[in-house]
Amino acid sequence: MPASSAPASGGTILDPLPAAVDAAERRDRLGKIATEIRRSVVEMIGRARLGHIGGDLSATDTLATLFFAVLKVDPGAPTDPNRDRLILSKGHCSAALYSTLSLRGFFPTGDLATFMQPLSALNGHPNRRKVPGVEANTGPLGHGLPIGVGSAIAAKLSGADWRTFVVLGDGELQEGSNWEAAMCAGHRALDSLTAIVDRNRLQQGARTEDTNRLDPLADKWRAFGWDAVECDGHDHQALFEAFTAPRSGKPVCVIANSIKGKGVSFIEDRVEWHHKVPSPEQVERALKELAR
Amino acid sequence: MTAPATAKIETFDCRQAFAETLVEIAQSDPRIVAVCNDSVGSSNLSAFQKLFPERLVNVGIAEQDMVGVSAGLANGGFIPFVCGAAPFLTGRALEQIKVDAAYNALPIVLCGMSPGMAYGELGPTHHSIEDLSWLRAIDGLAIVVPADPAQTRAAVRWAAGSGVPSYLRIGRTKAPSVTADDSNAFAFGQANVLRQGSALTIVATGILVSRALEAAEVLAGRGIEARVLNISTIKPLDEAAIVAAARETGAIVTAEEAMTEGGLGAAVAAVVVRHAPAPMRILGVKGFAPTGSATFLLDHFGLNRDGIVAAALELKGS
Ligand SMILES: Cc1ncc(C[n+]2csc(CCOP(=O)(O)OP(=O)(O)O)c2C)c(N)n1
Repeated sequence: MPASSAPASGGTILDPLPAAVDAAERRDRLGKIATEIRRSVVEMIGRARLGHIGGDLSATDTLATLFFAVLKVDPGAPTDPNRDRLILSKGHCSAALYSTLSLRGFFPTGDLATFMQPLSALNGHPNRRKVPGVEANTGPLGHGLPIGVGSAIAAKLSGADWRTFVVLGDGELQEGSNWEAAMCAGHRALDSLTAIVDRNRLQQGARTEDTNRLDPLADKWRAFGWDAVECDGHDHQALFEAFTAPRSGKPVCVIANSIKGKGVSFIEDRVEWHHKVPSPEQVERALKELAR
Repeated sequence: MTAPATAKIETFDCRQAFAETLVEIAQSDPRIVAVCNDSVGSSNLSAFQKLFPERLVNVGIAEQDMVGVSAGLANGGFIPFVCGAAPFLTGRALEQIKVDAAYNALPIVLCGMSPGMAYGELGPTHHSIEDLSWLRAIDGLAIVVPADPAQTRAAVRWAAGSGVPSYLRIGRTKAPSVTADDSNAFAFGQANVLRQGSALTIVATGILVSRALEAAEVLAGRGIEARVLNISTIKPLDEAAIVAAARETGAIVTAEEAMTEGGLGAAVAAVVVRHAPAPMRILGVKGFAPTGSATFLLDHFGLNRDGIVAAALELKGS
């Protein structure tokens, strides 16, 4: 674990951020946390010889911001009925989710070494029956948003104030189920719901716009009754502001413009790194680039 | 079948034979189109895409659309080969398969790639262990599970000319060839008797066929001569071969890389109870798998030589 210097407002760099930090410190601390998550992802995939490294690295800053600065969750009470819900719909990016959850304290970081090993709780796709902090078993694309809509309806019905966040791939949005759910959330004005699109512009085999065009993406969400904002998907302060901005009675879609493979130069924005596995030398190089 | 113990037996991923044959038939038949869901790589369609870019319809990550679009293509005179990972093709688009393909009786070839537990560590979401059960319930849909490359090539040719909706389960987990003579590797609707025997019959499909042959070898060493049937057409089932096996050998073990509820074993049992009741053991997948590689999981569920031998010995009471 990192032995970095303590943050200005106290604690260790892996503590969730206090509400009172200023933008500069938030950026600094979330940046350090994201680096730890990225290092963990590279190590896990390098060890397992399997995984989806490109999408893990593009979604890392979103997950770091959510778990360390936004979500009201308690690793000691992962099923607290009033917790905020985070659903990773692009479930193939389990290595980033597991790393984030364990660094946040949901389970020991030592368990990450079992990623995809026989009988491990840490399957290639997340399993809520085995891993604390996982809200939904995802993997087939297009499941997370409908579940998120149900969760937001449940909050409303219970008069509770928990919020629901769903992290989606951009290629994933080609699944029609997302748009059925989007219509439902818009119709019901589910303003406790936030959809975050990891807009890295790549899917499994090609660019999204060369496969099945998504743009103009923000307009699509608006047409379905959502507020939509775009931001830099690697700027933690911008993500924080987008996730926590006051609501106007509509669900919110945050289009997080990102780079697939962010943080490792030879992986960034290359389609073949959807699920390519780095060689041991490449793991070394990647970890050097992801210096603390 | 009796390679020296030291020789390494060659094993095959059937996707290559599938993709090569598809390109071959597309060269002579302009009606052949491939439809996929961001799966050009995983369905080995790169060569097809290079040769016939306009005949490859990649609809993106959208399986329901993929099957519906294929129905429209078939209605327009084309023969669509719909290529996607088996769990998403059959699971997500099940109603399109039922209605758009089967109820409309259109010649759509649904190609379920990497079925069973081929995706290993990616887990139950990516395992296609229910496909045989839920597709068997669909009227008029032919279900074909080739066991090796020779069967795959023949099945692709059959499907292209069949004029009926079909499902081809294209294996990815490597397995040895079970075909001795390529010229009669596969005949639609017919079981292949790969080994004669009268003590019991092992009825297997897909990658379990080579494992059934290994089990028969072990059983023979213990004086038990097992017949081995390769069922590459799950639907319609070769009832005559099943009834003969039940009558002549008196006991049946089935083996498949699929849930035991509703797959090959269930299909065989329905024939056996009706025409020639005989004791059976149905080997298959027993639920959502834990984490592990494809081979680890096959062993985990006893879908290997030793598991088949144990079931056979139990049936024979020895
Ligand atoms: C229903 C379904 N179809 C196909 C797949 C196979 N698949 C896994 S990841 C992926 C690409 C996802 O692209 P995107 O949503 O953009 O994710 P990212 O690029 O961020 O990894 C595909 C096609 C799947 N998991 N689920």
